[in-house]
Amino acid sequence: MLLRILEVYTRPDFPEKLRQHVLLSLAALLVAIAIALPVALMIRNTRLGAAIAINIGNVGRAVPSLAILALALPLLGIGFASALVALTALAIPPILINASTGLREVSKDVIDAARGMGLSGGQILSRIQVPIAAPVIFAGIRTSAVQTVASATLATFIGGGGLGDLIVEGYSRRGPEILLAGAIAVAILAIITEVGFGALERAFTPKGLKIAQKRGK
Amino acid sequence: MSDLALLLQDVLEEPQLIDWEWIGENFWEDIVPAFQGHIFLSFVSVAVALVIALPVGVFSARYRKAYPPVTFVTGILYSIPSLALFAILISIPGVAIGPAPVIIALVAYSLLILIRNTVAGLDSVPPETIDAARGMGLTNRQILFRVELPLALPVIVAGIRIATVTIIGIATIGAYINGGGLGQLIFDGISRQFPTMIIAGAVLATVLAIIADLLLLALERYLRPWARARRT
Repeated sequence: MLLRILEVYTRPDFPEKLRQHVLLSLAALLVAIAIALPVALMIRNTRLGAAIAINIGNVGRAVPSLAILALALPLLGIGFASALVALTALAIPPILINASTGLREVSKDVIDAARGMGLSGGQILSRIQVPIAAPVIFAGIRTSAVQTVASATLATFIGGGGLGDLIVEGYSRRGPEILLAGAIAVAILAIITEVGFGALERAFTPKGLKIAQKRGK
Repeated sequence: MSDLALLLQDVLEEPQLIDWEWIGENFWEDIVPAFQGHIFLSFVSVAVALVIALPVGVFSARYRKAYPPVTFVTGILYSIPSLALFAILISIPGVAIGPAPVIIALVAYSLLILIRNTVAGLDSVPPETIDAARGMGLTNRQILFRVELPLALPVIVAGIRIATVTIIGIATIGAYINGGGLGQLIFDGISRQFPTMIIAGAVLATVLAIIADLLLLALERYLRPWARARRT
């Protein structure tokens, strides 16, 4: 069985499916970051903005990923592009909610101290607020990335390609080795994403904050 | 922008997008059973997960060395995409397609959230409270059931709330391996190219998740009488 699974990975179409899966996830994540981070920056000082971000986050959590992808089918048609739009919509809420709360939770005292030291608004944002909020923002990006890789598996149902193709092929043709090969590849990709982004999250935590976290424990 | 306007116009005017007649005709035969099936799948999964997660959570809170390996294993389970986990489960000899592998997978997904919140809930109990209980002559078991767990309950319910909403969403994908539920409407809609079924399944699954979220939020508030008292 193991040998037959490995054989699937030598199929000429496997690299293409893997490439589609990574491209779909990465593109959706990057577009979602490009939308969510500026929005979070814009609304960081308004109470209404925070409420909107939290509500988008909550509703986004309630809508099943399969529902968003399936709805893209009648609205946008079949294929890679509509899968990309659906995945981007799914990737935005975790980033938006974490970036918004992360920026708001920077303590007022710290900002007051920075202002007292003569920093301008822009300097406070780039040197104080963003570095302190960075771990929380990154945690949002990580959640979103893992979710996007998982949801990209469902792109196959609307003709978006990716590793989900192998699962569907194995399931409908009763080819257990193809089914398992697809499932294992997706699972490994998801775990690599989780671990990889976890390392990035640690790398983006400022040194001072790490010391403070350790003391807190 | 005009493209978007045209698209919106299409969506609103397209008579095929929501076929109310179909909904009327199939309401009792298709839609209601799918909705009930979805509630069944989600409820059973969260209930089974709780039966596992509560003891494991209490154990991990007591024996702190057990906690990192527990979160590691459940964390790996949590990050495996659901379609892949379903595929792996039905590849195990003796596991047939149907609701069983779906429930197993949904339980696996709930564990991380439920265990984490159980531990966090127990951690949030002030040590002075436990000292006071001990001073009043309560045994360890009594302290756990009469003091610690009741005080931890709101945090545990918060975990149940997150797990339930997550599970309701993932359960739709279970229909692919014949688990039933609202995902059946979505998959049938895709294969028949019939948007009404996709929309019915998607909207009902979302509504179910939001209702569950609000109900459990209400329960969470109700279980925090001290917070209510402080507010008034």
